[in-house]
Formats: sequence, C-alpha cells, structure tokens
Amino acid sequence: MDAFTTHTGTAVPLRRSNVDTDQIIPAEYLKRISRNGFEDGLFASWRKDPEFVLNQERHDGATILVAGPDFGTGSSREHAVWALQNYGFKVVISSRFADIFRGNSGKGGLLTAQVPQETVEALWSLIDSDPATAVTVDLDKQQIRAGQLSADFDVDGYVRWRLMEGLDDIGITLQSVDLITAFEKQRPGITPTTI
Amino acid sequence: MASTLAEKVWAAHVVRHAEGEPDLLYIDLHLVHEVTSPQAFEGLRVAGRGVRRPDLTLATEDHNVPTINIDQPIADPISRAQVDALRANCAEFGVPLYPLGSIEQGIVHVVGPQLGLTQPGMTVVCGDSHTSTHGAFGALAFGIGTSEVEHVLATQTLPLKPFKTMAITVEGELPVGVSAKDVTLAIIAKIGTGGGQGYVLEYRGSAIRGLSMEGRMTLCNMSIEAGARAGMVAPDEITFDYVKGREHAPTGQDWDTALAYWRTLPSDADAVFDAEVLLDATTLSPYVTWGTNPGQGLPLSASVPSPEDALDEVERGAIERALEYMDLVPRTPLREIAVDTVFVGSCTNGRIEDLRAVADVLRGRQVADSVRMLIVPGSVRVKLQAEAEGLDSVFINAGADWREAGCSMCLAMNPDKLAPGERSASTSNRNFEGRQGPGGRTHLVSPGVAAATAVVGTLAAPADLPNLV
Repeated sequence: MDAFTTHTGTAVPLRRSNVDTDQIIPAEYLKRISRNGFEDGLFASWRKDPEFVLNQERHDGATILVAGPDFGTGSSREHAVWALQNYGFKVVISSRFADIFRGNSGKGGLLTAQVPQETVEALWSLIDSDPATAVTVDLDKQQIRAGQLSADFDVDGYVRWRLMEGLDDIGITLQSVDLITAFEKQRPGITPTTI
Repeated sequence: MASTLAEKVWAAHVVRHAEGEPDLLYIDLHLVHEVTSPQAFEGLRVAGRGVRRPDLTLATEDHNVPTINIDQPIADPISRAQVDALRANCAEFGVPLYPLGSIEQGIVHVVGPQLGLTQPGMTVVCGDSHTSTHGAFGALAFGIGTSEVEHVLATQTLPLKPFKTMAITVEGELPVGVSAKDVTLAIIAKIGTGGGQGYVLEYRGSAIRGLSMEGRMTLCNMSIEAGARAGMVAPDEITFDYVKGREHAPTGQDWDTALAYWRTLPSDADAVFDAEVLLDATTLSPYVTWGTNPGQGLPLSASVPSPEDALDEVERGAIERALEYMDLVPRTPLREIAVDTVFVGSCTNGRIEDLRAVADVLRGRQVADSVRMLIVPGSVRVKLQAEAEGLDSVFINAGADWREAGCSMCLAMNPDKLAPGERSASTSNRNFEGRQGPGGRTHLVSPGVAAATAVVGTLAAPADLPNLV
C-alpha cells in the first residue's frame, strides 16, 4: 500500500445523506474477481442522469468527495472502496461514516476524513463558487485547507499511523504469530470445526 | 468487574492487547461466499500465504445462484465465473465448500446455524454485513470487508477496536400478529440507520426472551440496518434446545462442559451499557417501510409522510428524494399502496418458521391476479423441511412460485430481480434504491404482512383478511 501523508486536489460536492454502498456500487457490478475496473459501477444508477454532479465537466479530475452525513451505510462490500479509488478518489469527507465502510477504507488506503456538518457545508459552497478550488487534506496535521478555510478532521489514530507508513495489516499481525499459536493451544476443544 | 455479554465474548478471544493499538481478536468461525472472497484468495496467492485454519472456515454459494434450473450451468457468464472462482479457491486452499446442488447449500447465515456451527460465546465473521444474524446465539458476529476476509484467512485473527455496547430492552408481550421483523423495523425507525453506529446491540427484555431462535435471528440480522456492527441475544434454554443435536453441536461430556460455560455468558445484572433504548412491546404493530432506507418505516396503519414533517433540511431532502424514487404521494394511507411483486426469503426471513407463517396465511387463499409471489427457502434443508410439512403445496395451490435456495431477490445479483418501476413487498432487509433491481421499489415487511399483501394486492396484515369459511 502506498503511504499517504498529504493530498491536494479538486473536490466534488455530493449533497446527499445516507449514501449507501448499493448506490456507491450496485450489486450487478460486484462480479469481477480482480480489484480493478470497478470505476464503471461507481454511482452507476445516479450517473445515468446527465445532471448528476460527477457528470458535470467542471468537476472532471476531482480526487476528493465531499458527501452528506452517514456515508457508506449498508452492505460490507469493499468494492465500494475500490470503485471510489478506481475512479480516482483519494479522500472522502463527511460528517459521519458507516463503520464497516470506514474500516474497509482504512484497509484499502482511501482516507475518510470526518468533520462537523458545518465544515461540509462550507466546503460545498466553496466548491460551488469555484470548482477549481484546490483542497488539501493533510493527514499529518489532520487538517483540511481550502481557500480561507482551515478545519481539523477526525481519523482513527491507528488507521492514521498505518496509512502514513503504508503498512499492510496482515504483515503487522504475522509479527505476532507466536501469540496466535499460543492462543490456539489453550482454546477449548469443544469449539466446533467445519471439517 | 461486571461485564456485558459482548464484553465477555470479546475478552475470551483477545490474542494480543497493547495500549493505543487495536486488540488482536481470535475468530472461531469464518464463513465465506463467492462475492467478497475472490480478491482475498488472490491476495493470499500473490503474497504466498495459505489459509491458517481451513477447519474453522466454511464456504457456500448463495448471492449469485439462480433459484430455478439449478441442474444446469449458471447462465450469466460473470456469475458463473465468480462461483467457479470460489470452487477453485476452496479446492486450492483446502476450504470446505457446500456448492450449488449440495444438500447443505444455502444462504451462508442460514447454513451456519442449522449445522450447529454457530454456538454461544463464539466469534463469527463473514464478508457480509448480515453476519450479525449469528448474534442470536450469544455469539459476537459481524460483517467484514474483503481485506479483512484475507486477514482472517491468513491469520484466523482480526485487529479490532472494542465496540461500545447498547442495551435495547423490549418489555411486555408482543400483540398477536407482531413478529420479530416488526420489532426490528420499529427499533430502526426509532434510532435511525446511524443510531447503532459503533455499538454492539444487546436485545433484552421479556419480549425478546419470548422469541424463538428464528425470530432472534431476524432481529439480530437487521442490527446492521441500524448502523450497528453486531446484535446479540443472551443464550438461554431456547438457544440450547436449538443447538442440541445438530451436526456440529457438542455431545456427551462436551455438551455439559459447553452448557456450563454458556450459562456464564449473559450480561451481569450490574453490567453497565454505554447506551440504552427502551421499547414497550405492547404498543407495537405490523411495520412497513415507505422510503429508501430501513429507518423510513411506519406502522401499517399510518400514511406516507410529507416533507413538511421533517425536523431539518437534511431530513426534508431525504424524504423528498425517497418519495420521488418510490413514486408515492404524501398522506396516502400505507394500506392503499399496491404492489406487483411479493418476495419471501433472504437471510432475514428465509427460515422454516417464516415459511410456516406465510403458509398459515396462504392456506385456502389465492395470490391476487395482479401479484407475482416468489417464495425462496434460505437453504436446501429449509426447502426439504417445508416440503416434508406440505408447505410447498400450500404455496403452489395459492399461486405462488416455490423456488430453490439462495439469496434470490434480496439483492439483484442473480436472475431474480424487479424490473424498473416494479414495486415489491419484501421480507428482505434493504429497501435501498435499486436494491432488488435497477429502478425497483421495495417495501420491507414481515412474512405475515408479505403473505397478506400477496392476497390483497395492496399492503395488508393477516388481520385485514376476511376469515375463511
């Protein structure tokens, strides 16, 4: 995984609450068996509407998604994270994220920056007045900067460390393999096995 | 110190604890299906890693499989590729698999409990958010993403921060005609789709104690729709009776040892929860959703809300969007909403008790001409049980379509879908836009309401039907 320290790009305002993972990527797009190519499915049904914000030329090339509250609810599909990343997003900003989506994002290297709804609204009006506004998301300082705006964001401390170091979870856990083996030795024999 | 059920199960599975880091938690059972696993197996292959404990892992095929003509190859080439990938991966890594055609095949959350693999006090994970179902046994069970699937395959553990605990206490006797599904829809309507975020819910109180295991599974299944990672019910005699004698249940001396341990699991009387919610069971009635998230639900006797009811701008926008998508007019009585499709099934309501509830309504009655009704058992075992009880003839005589086991119309990944503009009453778990097919509209309901709706053609409860002479 690439290390993430700071990212600067343009942003898209997604003025909707409760954006569930079925909207981020509908089930019919989940059938690939690789981790690439999911950008086609991103917001597939909403993108059929030419007015949808991602279809507006002024937001071409944006890498930061600024969404309404409760982003990523519903299904555990990590494809939602891959679809956002495959499309080119590096950061999602919202006032509230669903737990599983946020966990998946951390694993995959997509930063979910949590800010108060006022900050979301301020970013929305900033982007509306000038879509080319450069937005900087600084993971080291946990700060979002855009024009005159400067706001702190929340991210889990451990996830932040892993993202900044670009570390793979499995590699970290396997450093404790002796502890896992020891735990297995003292597990009660009555727990079922599948074979 | 006094502990909750969730805290006890957590504490018994901590492999490594260090300040400022997530706990490393041991996983007792890892369930796998074809949609969220291919990239995880691919990751193992690329890194040269194996599956640490294939004997604690079980795979089945459910999301993609058709529910008719299952003796023929899957027609959709992409679905077939995903199922083929699961078969190849399980063979390569030594993971046991119940494929389409096996007597043990079915929806992963129906299969685990019916085999007796889900037991009190266990940690259970699966790359599927409805893994919360298994919490009905007093297991700590939650959905994970594909990276975590790979992590569990490789290490049989997960690094996790402890969840907060929320007690949801439902006291009193449920009125006749009110099921676990109505309780869960009422809870979600009360606390919202984000209300359980960061929490493990523990369902408590006399109404919960009175539920069967099937009902408890329905309740825990929907915990994720309130934003919670997991839902749990303390194990009791109903739990033990359900587990006893199943294929993977402990026997003889092991049973006594297990039982003695399971009896220590319920939350201590003086345990403190981070949050508490109270519900009076006697005030509940059949619930249905009108909108596009499971929190947008109301008693069947209510009417479609209006944007004017909103408490803030965000909610106002959400109601407007939902009404537009659902093509509903504010203030329309919910009972006047006509559906063209009724779906009974899914990991929420695809178990034998659900099918019995549907049969009780359909016996001697007919599905309305304007309605197609699909009844899909959650597993092959459920199908066989239903047929042994003669439920299949009740369904077929009523004009319903009786299918093979699978996820079916819950999620539009297989041939069972709504067409654009079609409207369903569905016993599944999500009414998101397009969930049952692009442009499809979903009303979440209990099995009883689904069956009555099929007969009437508009949203209805069994009590609305005239008595049979």
